[in-house]
Amino acid sequence: MLFPVYWMLNVSFTRDQDMRKSPPGLFPTDATLEGYRAVVDQQLPYLGTSLVIGLGTVVLTVALAAPAGYALAKLRPRGGGLLSFVLLAAQMIPGIIMAMGFYAIYLSLGLLQSVPGLIVADSTLAVPFAVLIFTAFMSGIPGELLQAAKTDGAGAVRTFWSIVMPMSRNAVVTVSLFAFLWSWSDFIFASTLASGGAHQPITLGIYQYIGNNNQEWNAIMATAVVASLPAAVILVLAQRYVAAGVTAGAVKD
Amino acid sequence: MKHTTQLPDRRPVRDRTGAATVAAPPPARTTARRRPSSQQWAAWGFLAPVTLYLALFYAYPLYRNIDLSLRNYTVRSFVQGDAPFTGLQNYLTVFDDPTFAPALLHTVVFTVVSLVFQYAIGLALAVFFTQHFRLSATLRALFLVPWLLPLIVSASTWSWMLNSDSGIVNAALHAVGIGPVNWLTSPDWSLTSVILANVWIGVPFNLVVLYSGLQSIPASLYEAAALDGANAWQRFWRITFPLLRPVSAITLLLGLVYTLKVFDIIWIMTKGGPADSSTTFATWSYQLGFGNLLPAFGPGAAVGNLLVVAALVFGLVYMRVQRKQGLS
Repeated sequence: MLFPVYWMLNVSFTRDQDMRKSPPGLFPTDATLEGYRAVVDQQLPYLGTSLVIGLGTVVLTVALAAPAGYALAKLRPRGGGLLSFVLLAAQMIPGIIMAMGFYAIYLSLGLLQSVPGLIVADSTLAVPFAVLIFTAFMSGIPGELLQAAKTDGAGAVRTFWSIVMPMSRNAVVTVSLFAFLWSWSDFIFASTLASGGAHQPITLGIYQYIGNNNQEWNAIMATAVVASLPAAVILVLAQRYVAAGVTAGAVKD
Repeated sequence: MKHTTQLPDRRPVRDRTGAATVAAPPPARTTARRRPSSQQWAAWGFLAPVTLYLALFYAYPLYRNIDLSLRNYTVRSFVQGDAPFTGLQNYLTVFDDPTFAPALLHTVVFTVVSLVFQYAIGLALAVFFTQHFRLSATLRALFLVPWLLPLIVSASTWSWMLNSDSGIVNAALHAVGIGPVNWLTSPDWSLTSVILANVWIGVPFNLVVLYSGLQSIPASLYEAAALDGANAWQRFWRITFPLLRPVSAITLLLGLVYTLKVFDIIWIMTKGGPADSSTTFATWSYQLGFGNLLPAFGPGAAVGNLLVVAALVFGLVYMRVQRKQGLS
């Protein structure tokens, strides 16, 4: 299962002249950093764009989803069930459909090849999931606490901000993690909405790299390694949130 | 087990205000719950942004896409806004297209074969990880890697591994005396290759969900079975598998909905080729809309809409199953 990951690392350190050796070297015996030098020379702008888009997506997603999760979990709005249903259904829509719709809309709005445009598009990957996660987490906050806040004269907004949000830290971490990862990995919106523009994310960087250049596989794989770093960091720092998110996505209760 | 404690279930009991209501039946509960209208206003105030967002960024693109599929769009008409309405013409074009039948077949094969292998391998690994051994938690976390990697990374890594001349896979096959296989450039193998990569990517999801399902099977059942002299295979077949069925159903259905729309992997590895040999509805739709110099947005949107219908049908089944499980 982990061999492809190892192989990616191995190839990223392999010298050009050893690349087509037969059989391929199982270890980078004459390890080189050429590939990584190419990343630094050519891919930094892409990485920067992806970082900005990823953080923007996280902020937008949390800002939209956390209040909604609170309302669905604790305020029992009429029509809340229907809304949850719509959110579940929204996750079933194929990305290609969203991409075409966005393309048509962005074309008339002049939002193609723009960072805000991509942030909004990427957030559609995470928002429905995020609302459901927030709802599940916030349902577990004891009602007595909220009741006590109400008795002390706190309104809904203050209760949300001073009690619910601080207690939902785990949910915020889980949601942010996935929102960032999904927008960082997004290829379909990037290739339809940002292609050829001044601000292209790293997924397009790699894609064009493969297209223009199928010789320097060490550079391609080095870029792949660098593009995987967020996932690696997330896995090391926050694996329990990841597991929680995967499970919650599939089995709600 | 840990996951469920992190994601607490709805706990109606705790929401109770402590009044004299004792375990009211479900219908009565809703009336008892009715809150003052000021709270309704607050609730919808909190929900307003998401509702607006759904309308603007889900409903409207979907609407545009349906509109797109009913008109004869070109890039020029996008700008000038004069695309003639052609009714179902695009759909007829799509059905008549020689790509239709192979794309349908490939979509079904890709989805079913991916699902079967993802589930089987995921379940085997999940069962394996229930035996606690040193580093099992760490190893289980590492197995998540394929799922967390950006798809472009996994797809390009697989492309290089499956490279005909210098790929490690062919080198390994050569070592055991099997001739080189043109994984990505032969029409006979391209679909197999993308399925291989897709299975690899999908196993972790199955592993995590099924593992957490296994955790909820009481250990006492296994102890009792062991006392009755059941061997490992019998314990799996008579206890694990039946009790895991609800979780399995959800995993497979969700996997189905996700696999149906897989695009990135196929596009990056083979672009649906050679000669449409790995084209699915998702890549075909993209190919029509964005893959050519002269885009055919109308037919592309039509293919995409067929995919939406399929995804939503299975999505509804998923929701039904989940609701049923929620009740029982």
